[in-house]
Amino acid sequence: MTDLNCDELVELVTDHLDGALDEETERRVTDHLTGCDGCTAYVEQIRQTITTMASSPPDVELTDEARNALLGAFRDPPA
Amino acid sequence: MREQPELPPDADLVTRLRGKDEVAFALVLDAWSGGMARVARSIVSTYASADEVVQDAWLAVIQGIGTFEGRSSLKTWVYRILVNTAKRRAMREGRHVSWSLVPGEDDTPTVDPTRFGGPGDQFPGHWLAFPAPWPSPEQDALAGEVSAQVEAALARLPERQRVVITLRDVEGYSSDEVCSILQISAANQRVLLHRARAFVRGKLEEYFVASAASDVGTEVRQ
Repeated sequence: MTDLNCDELVELVTDHLDGALDEETERRVTDHLTGCDGCTAYVEQIRQTITTMASSPPDVELTDEARNALLGAFRDPPA
Repeated sequence: MREQPELPPDADLVTRLRGKDEVAFALVLDAWSGGMARVARSIVSTYASADEVVQDAWLAVIQGIGTFEGRSSLKTWVYRILVNTAKRRAMREGRHVSWSLVPGEDDTPTVDPTRFGGPGDQFPGHWLAFPAPWPSPEQDALAGEVSAQVEAALARLPERQRVVITLRDVEGYSSDEVCSILQISAANQRVLLHRARAFVRGKLEEYFVASAASDVGTEVRQ
Protein backbone atom coordinates (compact mmCIF):
# COMPACT_ATOMS: atom_id res chain seq x y z
CA MET A 1 0.00 0.00 0.00
CA THR A 2 1.44 3.37 -0.95
CA ASP A 3 1.14 6.58 0.99
CA LEU A 4 -1.22 9.24 -0.28
CA ASN A 5 0.19 12.27 -1.99
CA CYS A 6 -1.09 15.73 -1.09
CA ASP A 7 -2.66 16.18 -4.53
CA GLU A 8 -4.64 12.96 -3.90
CA LEU A 9 -5.63 13.91 -0.38
CA VAL A 10 -7.21 17.22 -1.39
CA GLU A 11 -9.63 15.28 -3.62
CA LEU A 12 -10.73 13.08 -0.70
CA VAL A 13 -11.54 15.88 1.73
CA THR A 14 -15.29 16.00 1.11
CA ASP A 15 -15.70 12.23 1.43
CA HIS A 16 -13.49 12.35 4.53
CA LEU A 17 -15.59 15.05 6.19
CA ASP A 18 -18.80 13.20 5.26
CA GLY A 19 -17.44 9.95 6.71
CA ALA A 20 -18.00 8.38 3.28
CA LEU A 21 -14.57 6.77 2.80
CA ASP A 22 -13.95 3.06 3.17
CA GLU A 23 -12.01 2.13 6.31
CA GLU A 24 -8.69 1.60 4.53
CA THR A 25 -8.77 4.94 2.66
CA GLU A 26 -9.94 6.77 5.76
CA ARG A 27 -6.92 5.41 7.64
CA ARG A 28 -4.57 6.55 4.85
CA VAL A 29 -6.13 10.03 5.02
CA THR A 30 -5.76 10.21 8.80
CA ASP A 31 -2.16 8.94 8.62
CA HIS A 32 -1.30 11.51 5.97
CA LEU A 33 -2.88 14.37 7.93
CA THR A 34 -0.87 13.38 11.04
CA GLY A 35 2.35 14.05 9.20
CA CYS A 36 1.43 16.83 6.79
CA ASP A 37 0.99 20.45 7.91
CA GLY A 38 0.05 21.56 4.40
CA CYS A 39 -2.92 19.19 4.10
CA THR A 40 -3.92 19.82 7.72
CA ALA A 41 -4.08 23.54 6.85
CA TYR A 42 -6.05 22.75 3.68
CA VAL A 43 -8.66 20.65 5.52
CA GLU A 44 -8.92 23.33 8.23
CA GLN A 45 -9.55 25.98 5.53
CA ILE A 46 -12.28 23.84 3.98
CA ARG A 47 -13.87 23.60 7.45
CA GLN A 48 -13.56 27.36 7.88
CA THR A 49 -15.15 27.89 4.46
CA ILE A 50 -18.10 25.72 5.52
CA THR A 51 -18.43 27.61 8.82
CA THR A 52 -18.44 30.92 6.97
CA MET A 53 -21.20 29.73 4.62
CA ALA A 54 -23.29 28.44 7.53
CA SER A 55 -23.18 31.89 9.12
CA SER A 56 -24.03 33.88 5.99
CA PRO A 57 -26.47 36.75 6.47
CA PRO A 58 -29.97 35.68 7.51
CA ASP A 59 -32.47 34.84 4.82
CA VAL A 60 -34.87 37.48 3.63
CA GLU A 61 -38.35 36.73 4.93
CA LEU A 62 -41.58 36.86 2.95
CA THR A 63 -43.10 40.30 2.47
CA ASP A 64 -46.27 40.89 4.48
CA GLU A 65 -48.15 41.08 1.22
CA ALA A 66 -46.95 37.68 0.03
CA ARG A 67 -47.49 36.17 3.47
CA ASN A 68 -51.07 37.41 3.64
CA ALA A 69 -51.78 36.23 0.08
CA LEU A 70 -50.53 32.74 0.95
CA LEU A 71 -52.50 32.59 4.19
CA GLY A 72 -55.55 33.61 2.13
CA ALA A 73 -54.85 30.89 -0.43
CA PHE A 74 -54.56 28.35 2.39
CA ARG A 75 -57.92 29.44 3.79
CA ASP A 76 -59.63 29.46 0.37
CA PRO A 77 -57.56 27.49 -2.13
CA PRO A 78 -57.90 28.79 -5.68
CA ALA A 79 -60.12 26.37 -7.62
CA MET B 1 -27.43 24.91 10.66
CA ARG B 2 -29.73 27.85 11.16
CA GLU B 3 -31.75 28.18 14.32
CA GLN B 4 -35.32 27.23 13.56
CA PRO B 5 -38.28 27.71 15.83
CA GLU B 6 -39.37 24.41 17.28
CA LEU B 7 -42.00 22.90 14.97
CA PRO B 8 -44.45 20.15 15.92
CA PRO B 9 -43.60 16.65 14.61
CA ASP B 10 -44.43 15.97 10.97
CA ALA B 11 -47.37 13.67 11.65
CA ASP B 12 -48.98 16.36 13.77
CA LEU B 13 -48.21 19.14 11.27
CA VAL B 14 -49.57 17.20 8.31
CA THR B 15 -52.82 16.37 10.11
CA ARG B 16 -53.26 20.01 11.06
CA LEU B 17 -52.45 21.28 7.56
CA ARG B 18 -54.97 18.87 6.05
CA GLY B 19 -57.45 20.07 8.67
CA LYS B 20 -56.97 23.66 7.42
CA ASP B 21 -55.27 24.77 10.64
CA GLU B 22 -54.05 28.22 9.69
CA VAL B 23 -51.75 28.51 12.72
CA ALA B 24 -49.88 25.39 11.58
CA PHE B 25 -49.57 26.79 8.05
CA ALA B 26 -48.22 30.11 9.36
CA LEU B 27 -45.63 28.17 11.42
CA VAL B 28 -44.13 26.37 8.42
CA LEU B 29 -44.50 29.42 6.19
CA ASP B 30 -42.48 31.56 8.61
CA ALA B 31 -39.95 28.84 9.41
CA TRP B 32 -39.10 27.78 5.86
CA SER B 33 -39.76 30.64 3.41
CA GLY B 34 -36.43 32.40 4.00
CA GLY B 35 -34.35 29.31 3.31
CA MET B 36 -36.57 28.47 0.35
CA ALA B 37 -35.96 31.91 -1.17
CA ARG B 38 -32.24 31.39 -0.81
CA VAL B 39 -32.34 28.02 -2.56
CA ALA B 40 -34.63 29.42 -5.28
CA ARG B 41 -32.13 32.22 -5.89
CA SER B 42 -29.44 29.61 -6.53
CA ILE B 43 -31.53 28.35 -9.46
CA VAL B 44 -33.41 31.29 -11.02
CA SER B 45 -31.94 34.54 -12.26
CA THR B 46 -33.40 37.30 -10.08
CA TYR B 47 -34.58 37.95 -6.54
CA ALA B 48 -38.01 38.79 -7.92
CA SER B 49 -38.35 35.45 -9.73
CA ALA B 50 -37.08 33.65 -6.65
CA ASP B 51 -39.81 35.25 -4.54
CA GLU B 52 -42.42 34.20 -7.09
CA VAL B 53 -41.02 30.68 -7.12
CA VAL B 54 -41.39 30.50 -3.33
CA GLN B 55 -44.99 31.65 -3.55
CA ASP B 56 -45.80 29.25 -6.41
CA ALA B 57 -44.20 26.42 -4.44
CA TRP B 58 -46.38 27.18 -1.40
CA LEU B 59 -49.47 27.22 -3.61
CA ALA B 60 -48.45 23.78 -4.92
CA VAL B 61 -47.97 22.62 -1.32
CA ILE B 62 -51.47 23.84 -0.43
CA GLN B 63 -52.89 21.97 -3.42
CA GLY B 64 -50.81 18.85 -2.87
CA ILE B 65 -50.76 18.34 0.90
CA GLY B 66 -53.43 15.65 0.50
CA THR B 67 -51.02 13.60 -1.62
CA PHE B 68 -48.04 13.80 0.79
CA GLU B 69 -47.20 10.21 1.66
CA GLY B 70 -44.66 10.76 4.42
CA ARG B 71 -41.88 8.92 2.62
CA SER B 72 -39.58 11.88 3.29
CA SER B 73 -39.86 14.58 5.92
CA LEU B 74 -42.45 17.25 5.23
CA LYS B 75 -39.73 19.86 4.84
CA THR B 76 -37.82 17.75 2.32
CA TRP B 77 -41.06 17.28 0.36
CA VAL B 78 -41.72 21.03 0.39
CA TYR B 79 -38.15 21.75 -0.75
CA ARG B 80 -38.48 19.19 -3.56
CA ILE B 81 -41.57 21.03 -4.80
CA LEU B 82 -39.63 24.27 -4.50
CA VAL B 83 -36.67 22.97 -6.53
CA ASN B 84 -38.95 21.58 -9.24
CA THR B 85 -40.86 24.87 -9.41
CA ALA B 86 -37.57 26.77 -9.67
CA LYS B 87 -36.22 24.47 -12.38
CA ARG B 88 -39.36 24.97 -14.49
CA ARG B 89 -39.08 28.71 -13.98
CA ALA B 90 -35.39 28.68 -14.98
CA MET B 91 -36.26 26.80 -18.17
CA ARG B 92 -38.92 29.37 -19.01
CA GLU B 93 -36.26 32.04 -18.49
CA GLY B 94 -34.14 30.23 -21.06
CA ARG B 95 -31.61 28.91 -18.57
CA HIS B 96 -30.58 25.39 -19.36
CA VAL B 97 -30.32 23.36 -16.20
CA SER B 98 -28.74 19.96 -16.64
CA TRP B 99 -28.52 17.87 -13.51
CA SER B 100 -26.16 15.16 -14.66
CA LEU B 101 -22.40 15.52 -14.37
CA VAL B 102 -20.56 17.06 -17.29
CA PRO B 103 -17.45 15.31 -18.67
CA GLY B 104 -14.37 15.99 -16.54
CA GLU B 105 -16.43 17.14 -13.58
CA ASP B 106 -15.57 14.15 -11.44
CA ASP B 107 -11.91 13.67 -12.33
CA THR B 108 -10.23 17.02 -12.99
CA PRO B 109 -8.19 18.45 -10.09
CA THR B 110 -9.97 20.89 -7.77
CA VAL B 111 -6.68 22.42 -6.62
CA ASP B 112 -4.29 23.97 -9.15
CA PRO B 113 -1.80 21.17 -10.02
CA THR B 114 1.08 23.66 -10.10
CA ARG B 115 0.72 23.96 -6.29
CA PHE B 116 2.19 20.44 -6.05
CA GLY B 117 5.58 19.05 -6.99
CA GLY B 118 5.85 17.56 -10.49
CA PRO B 119 7.65 14.34 -11.52
CA GLY B 120 11.05 16.07 -11.51
CA ASP B 121 10.65 17.68 -8.10
CA GLN B 122 11.99 16.32 -4.83
CA PHE B 123 8.50 15.44 -3.54
CA PRO B 124 6.17 14.78 -6.47
CA GLY B 125 2.51 15.31 -5.61
CA HIS B 126 3.28 17.20 -2.41
CA TRP B 127 2.68 20.87 -1.65
CA LEU B 128 5.46 23.06 -3.03
CA ALA B 129 4.39 25.71 -0.51
CA PHE B 130 1.82 25.03 2.21
CA PRO B 131 -1.44 26.97 2.00
CA ALA B 132 -0.85 30.30 3.74
CA PRO B 133 -2.57 30.54 7.14
CA TRP B 134 -5.87 32.43 7.26
CA PRO B 135 -6.90 34.87 9.96
CA SER B 136 -9.00 32.96 12.49
CA PRO B 137 -12.69 33.89 12.37
CA GLU B 138 -12.37 35.59 15.80
CA GLN B 139 -9.53 37.88 14.75
CA ASP B 140 -11.12 38.72 11.45
CA ALA B 141 -12.68 42.12 11.93
CA LEU B 142 -13.98 41.97 8.37
CA ALA B 143 -16.46 39.11 8.75
CA GLY B 144 -18.95 41.02 6.59
CA GLU B 145 -16.37 41.36 3.84
CA VAL B 146 -15.58 37.63 4.04
CA SER B 147 -19.30 36.82 3.71
CA ALA B 148 -19.45 39.09 0.67
CA GLN B 149 -16.54 37.17 -0.87
CA VAL B 150 -18.40 33.91 -0.24
CA GLU B 151 -21.56 35.29 -1.85
CA ALA B 152 -19.56 36.39 -4.90
CA ALA B 153 -17.90 32.98 -5.16
CA LEU B 154 -21.26 31.16 -4.89
CA ALA B 155 -22.67 33.36 -7.65
CA ARG B 156 -19.87 32.26 -9.98
CA LEU B 157 -20.38 28.53 -9.48
CA PRO B 158 -22.07 26.36 -12.08
CA GLU B 159 -25.74 26.06 -11.18
CA ARG B 160 -25.85 22.47 -9.89
CA GLN B 161 -22.82 23.01 -7.68
CA ARG B 162 -24.38 26.19 -6.31
CA VAL B 163 -27.66 24.46 -5.48
CA VAL B 164 -25.92 21.57 -3.73
CA ILE B 165 -23.56 23.74 -1.67
CA THR B 166 -26.40 26.11 -0.75
CA LEU B 167 -28.49 23.22 0.56
CA ARG B 168 -25.60 21.47 2.34
CA ASP B 169 -23.48 24.27 3.74
CA VAL B 170 -25.69 27.35 3.86
CA GLU B 171 -28.98 25.67 4.81
CA GLY B 172 -27.38 22.78 6.68
CA TYR B 173 -29.13 19.80 5.06
CA SER B 174 -27.58 16.34 5.32
CA SER B 175 -26.26 14.52 2.28
CA ASP B 176 -29.29 12.16 2.30
CA GLU B 177 -31.73 15.07 2.41
CA VAL B 178 -30.01 16.87 -0.47
CA CYS B 179 -30.12 13.70 -2.59
CA SER B 180 -33.80 13.35 -1.80
CA ILE B 181 -34.61 17.01 -2.57
CA LEU B 182 -32.66 17.10 -5.85
CA GLN B 183 -33.27 13.46 -6.80
CA ILE B 184 -29.59 12.84 -7.48
CA SER B 185 -27.29 10.02 -6.41
CA ALA B 186 -25.07 10.27 -3.33
CA ALA B 187 -22.00 10.04 -5.59
CA ASN B 188 -23.14 12.95 -7.77
CA GLN B 189 -24.04 14.99 -4.73
CA ARG B 190 -20.56 14.56 -3.30
CA VAL B 191 -18.78 15.38 -6.55
CA LEU B 192 -20.79 18.59 -6.91
CA LEU B 193 -20.28 19.56 -3.26
CA HIS B 194 -16.58 18.75 -3.43
CA ARG B 195 -15.96 20.94 -6.47
CA ALA B 196 -18.06 23.75 -5.06
CA ARG B 197 -16.28 23.79 -1.68
CA ALA B 198 -12.85 23.68 -3.31
CA PHE B 199 -13.84 26.62 -5.53
CA VAL B 200 -15.17 28.74 -2.65
CA ARG B 201 -12.09 27.94 -0.53
CA GLY B 202 -9.90 28.97 -3.48
CA LYS B 203 -11.69 32.32 -3.76
CA LEU B 204 -11.32 32.95 -0.02
CA GLU B 205 -7.64 32.06 -0.27
CA GLU B 206 -7.17 34.59 -3.10
CA TYR B 207 -8.93 37.18 -0.98
CA PHE B 208 -6.89 36.51 2.20
CA VAL B 209 -3.60 36.42 0.29
CA ALA B 210 -4.45 39.71 -1.44
CA SER B 211 -5.47 41.42 1.82
CA ALA B 212 -2.31 40.16 3.57
CA ALA B 213 -0.24 41.58 0.69
CA SER B 214 -1.99 44.96 0.85
CA ASP B 215 -1.50 45.07 4.65
CA VAL B 216 2.23 44.54 4.14
CA GLY B 217 2.19 47.27 1.48
CA THR B 218 0.57 49.65 3.96
CA GLU B 219 3.19 48.92 6.60
CA VAL B 220 6.01 49.48 4.12
CA ARG B 221 4.58 52.83 3.09
CA GLN B 222 4.25 54.06 6.68
